Amino acid sequence: MNKNDMLYVDTHEWVHIEGNKAKVGISSYAAMSLGDIVFFDLPKVGDTFKKGEVFAAVESVKSASDLYMPLTGKIIAVNDQLIDAPELVNEDPFNNYIVEIEFTNEDETKGLLSVDAYEATL
Amino acid sequence: MDSLKRTSLYDKHVTLGAHLIDFGGFHMPLYYTTITDEHHQVRNDVGMFDVSHMGQIVLQGKDALKFANFVLSANIQVTDKIQYALLLNDKAGIVDDLMVYPFSDNQILLVVNASNIQKDVHHLNQFIKNYEVDIRNLSDAFNCLAIQGPRSFEVLSKIFDTLPKHSSDYMFFSDEGGPLLISRSGYTGEDGFEIYAHDQFMLTLWDKLYQAGVTPIGLGARDTLRFEAGMPLYGQEMDESINPFEAGLAFAVDLNKEKFIGKTACLSAKVNLSRKSVGFELLEKNIARTGYEVYKDGTKIGYVTTGYLTPSTKKALGFALIDVKYAKLDTKIEIKIRNKFVQALVRNKRFIQKNNKV
Repeated sequence: MNKNDMLYVDTHEWVHIEGNKAKVGISSYAAMSLGDIVFFDLPKVGDTFKKGEVFAAVESVKSASDLYMPLTGKIIAVNDQLIDAPELVNEDPFNNYIVEIEFTNEDETKGLLSVDAYEATL
Repeated sequence: MDSLKRTSLYDKHVTLGAHLIDFGGFHMPLYYTTITDEHHQVRNDVGMFDVSHMGQIVLQGKDALKFANFVLSANIQVTDKIQYALLLNDKAGIVDDLMVYPFSDNQILLVVNASNIQKDVHHLNQFIKNYEVDIRNLSDAFNCLAIQGPRSFEVLSKIFDTLPKHSSDYMFFSDEGGPLLISRSGYTGEDGFEIYAHDQFMLTLWDKLYQAGVTPIGLGARDTLRFEAGMPLYGQEMDESINPFEAGLAFAVDLNKEKFIGKTACLSAKVNLSRKSVGFELLEKNIARTGYEVYKDGTKIGYVTTGYLTPSTKKALGFALIDVKYAKLDTKIEIKIRNKFVQALVRNKRFIQKNNKV
């Protein structure tokens, strides 16, 4: 997968939708801006969040950044690989998702940005 | 950004593609490649840091040494070694921490934090009334390059005929453009040198070292390196609301001196210690950051002053200023991280043990 396969929110998360489920990660711009990623503070499977709520944090050597839920829903999977190898997201941000969610409000997907619209915000 | 000052090495940083940030009013490199790589480079080999943003204040005049001893916490003596000292206010709050180059009875150099230069000059001027001394802020005229790491002596000995032999020694050497100053010191927990020189010398030295394979290092790694070595940073572990005993800097205060600014408050602070700066290690995977709250059994006991998952230890470590009741080694405390309470253990602040003294 690459950047063209994703939808975005302006807080730099990408969303890849399949039915009522979606994988969520961070954009290559976000990964590059953070520098060396050393830790993800991940939610638990079953946690629910509203759109715009903080669901996780990504930390570089220097700082911590919150990650915001792109769509209201429930965490159905977390990418466990990131616990021991958070740098995978630096190496390939689009093929290393952070969480998978089941979203509950289809309408919210209409507010997601295309790659061009997202890149115009940068 | 245009109001920010540039060091004489600014063009070198830009050419190398450094990620520049505003630090103390200067354009300074945070990193050139990555903080982690640069950190390891210094711990294992050698690297060089442009630290020209640091301030240089010269006390000049008949009473320079006497004045230094009145305004500084440490007992300053004219020697060929640099000394660490604190500038205190009359409540024993730390105005700045600095390195003293005690050249002679009538000339003392203070190397101060970039963000405190104006404040320090103002503070010092408050006390000159009874002293024959001039306070000269020469910060703009001085450049400083720090060469740090186990191979620092080796690379510099190819450029300089003589170098300071032991830790903290300083010496002058001459160059066509004027006198230069070099000390065996630094802020990384490694053997190293700090060289003060005029612009042209510094540009030439940078190029020579770069061609010799010495890696440029940004301020990001400077902070992780000093932190692992247990060294405090002004604005984090110290400020005007924290006294030297709370900060764990009693070694820099000589209460046997007849008088110095803050002495009375220090005598009382020493016996009424309510908070203490400690090291800690998280017992779960996470990272404690500056400002996070520290708890014991549901009660807030302090806050984190610096925290990292450090490159050399691979552990989540921190410094915190906490209630002295919980400052004993191996005490269990909790750090509040994004509404979770993460267990931590109080430990010695010196997180790496390297025998770097020479």
